[in-house]
Amino acid sequence: MTLLELMNFYVIPGLVLGSIYAVGAVGITLVFGILRFAHLAHGDLATFGAFAALAVVTASGISPWAALPIAMALCALIAIGIDKVFYDYLTDRPKIITVMASLGIALMLRAVIQVIWGVDTETYSRGLVRPENYWGLRLRDREIFTMLAMFAIVGVLWVFLQKTKWGKAMRAMSDNPDLALLSGVDNRRTTMLTWAIVGALCAASGFFLGLNTELKALMGWTMLLPMFAAAILGGVGRVEGAVLGGLVVGVAEELSVLVLPSEYKAAMAFVILLLILLVRPTGLLKGKLL
Amino acid sequence: MEIPGILIYAMSMAIFMGIYAILALGLNIQWGFTGLFNAGIAGFFAVGAYTSALVTSALSANHLGGLDLPVPVGWAAAMLVAGLVAWPIGKICLRFRSDYLAIATIGVAEIIRLVIKSEGWLTGGARGVTKIPRPLASDNYALSELSYLALVVIVLFCIYLLVEKQLKAPWGRMMRGIRDNELAANAMGKNIERRRLEAFIFGAAIMGLGGAMLAHYYRSITPEAIDPMIATFLVWIMLILGGSGNNRGAILGVVVVWTIWSMSEFVTDQLPEEYAIKAKYMRVFIIGLMLQLVLRFRPEGILPEADQKSAQRRK
Repeated sequence: MTLLELMNFYVIPGLVLGSIYAVGAVGITLVFGILRFAHLAHGDLATFGAFAALAVVTASGISPWAALPIAMALCALIAIGIDKVFYDYLTDRPKIITVMASLGIALMLRAVIQVIWGVDTETYSRGLVRPENYWGLRLRDREIFTMLAMFAIVGVLWVFLQKTKWGKAMRAMSDNPDLALLSGVDNRRTTMLTWAIVGALCAASGFFLGLNTELKALMGWTMLLPMFAAAILGGVGRVEGAVLGGLVVGVAEELSVLVLPSEYKAAMAFVILLLILLVRPTGLLKGKLL
Repeated sequence: MEIPGILIYAMSMAIFMGIYAILALGLNIQWGFTGLFNAGIAGFFAVGAYTSALVTSALSANHLGGLDLPVPVGWAAAMLVAGLVAWPIGKICLRFRSDYLAIATIGVAEIIRLVIKSEGWLTGGARGVTKIPRPLASDNYALSELSYLALVVIVLFCIYLLVEKQLKAPWGRMMRGIRDNELAANAMGKNIERRRLEAFIFGAAIMGLGGAMLAHYYRSITPEAIDPMIATFLVWIMLILGGSGNNRGAILGVVVVWTIWSMSEFVTDQLPEEYAIKAKYMRVFIIGLMLQLVLRFRPEGILPEADQKSAQRRK
């Protein structure tokens, strides 16, 4: 196998898949780092976002890319709503109770998706798209856009977290919520903001997965494990770590086909998760360990 | 003698309740008494079901095993293998907060599902394992149901006694001590990781037994026999609603939730076809919502853990 074949058949699909995981993993790492619990409804919220974008596309006939911001805004509102209605009351209890509640939310979201959109697979646009050839590297437009959009979204988030007042408040809460509260950070509003960002990121990751594959009711749930593996691999609370982790998990899943039967692609994320917990539980970029 | 259909239905419902009660007791050891979040109950359940099926069924070209051993050997093997699967996961994840265990157990359940589906030589693939012997079976359908029900009740009772005894023993007090105040337990020289590992494996073994009992009841097991997420979640809501930390509460929760669950199925089956499928998903939505309501309004469950008040005052 030549290097070019390796790139075309394994590394590029891996990077595209990894970009999708990265967008989701950034959201997971924010919840894990700032609100301090593992959000198990993340995947199903992503599915919801993907289907919301589909609904916009079928209703108005606009391009899927134009539907993305609408889906992101909608998911942001839903994430805030879920927090207000369900998670908010559990903040004084052990965090694991919120984890349990989020498992219930995952099930509820999935039921809603199945009731509204059924269980058939859907796509944003019909027909096969042939990849273009760039000096031997074969890439589809949507794959290029997915990777670019991932870097754009994470870049904007990065600047927001580093430079703006609210971004700093989020980082302060991540470091030490009590100290942040004492220093005048409004924890309630920061939590709301975090959920808005997380919801939007969920919608984006679900949208990209739907754009590059198909939309299925269970697509988000199957993405949950790789996204968590990516977040923990990169270091909990580290946005750039989540991106790195996402790309590593994506490429590892595609490369695993070389040595394992393809049915076990999904097992790679699990192996990575266990290995990192065994060897370096703080992750590659030294994040938090809860 | 003609046995009315309703009685047969009641018996099969009672058998399911018994099997779920075994799972709930297993989860109670892990969550109720130790605070370990196992989100992969269905995985351990499936391991138990397949292990016992392979050990006790007759030789077949479709799958491995076919040892034709007696059923109790199969059940013991189911517990053993489920415990063995739990060991490495617990070993790696129990050092950290239970969030990590939750994610890892979701992963385990997923991998077990993949293995069962794709390793046809081992598990028979999509065809699954058939002709699993059912103990105490006879030609009379009602009689076999009744005797299996008796068997399930006896096993459940034995497990209940075993778990109760273990929890009243110093071991159980130590587990609650670790759950409620890890720091203090650690300061008193308790080996927290090891104790948690014991509880995790103990609970997983009981879940494996529950799986084995279902496989022998169905007489066959296929990858589609249970929906992993829904089975796992049902056990969770049963335990939380009934009262985690209280074995009687766990069993009561099983009775309440399973009754609601099967009655709602009864209702949705009456609906015209186009609504029936949607109504099926609404049932799932409702149990999800039920968990949220219990967590918010009655987190201690119907039958709270004994001595809950003083435990809370200590916090």
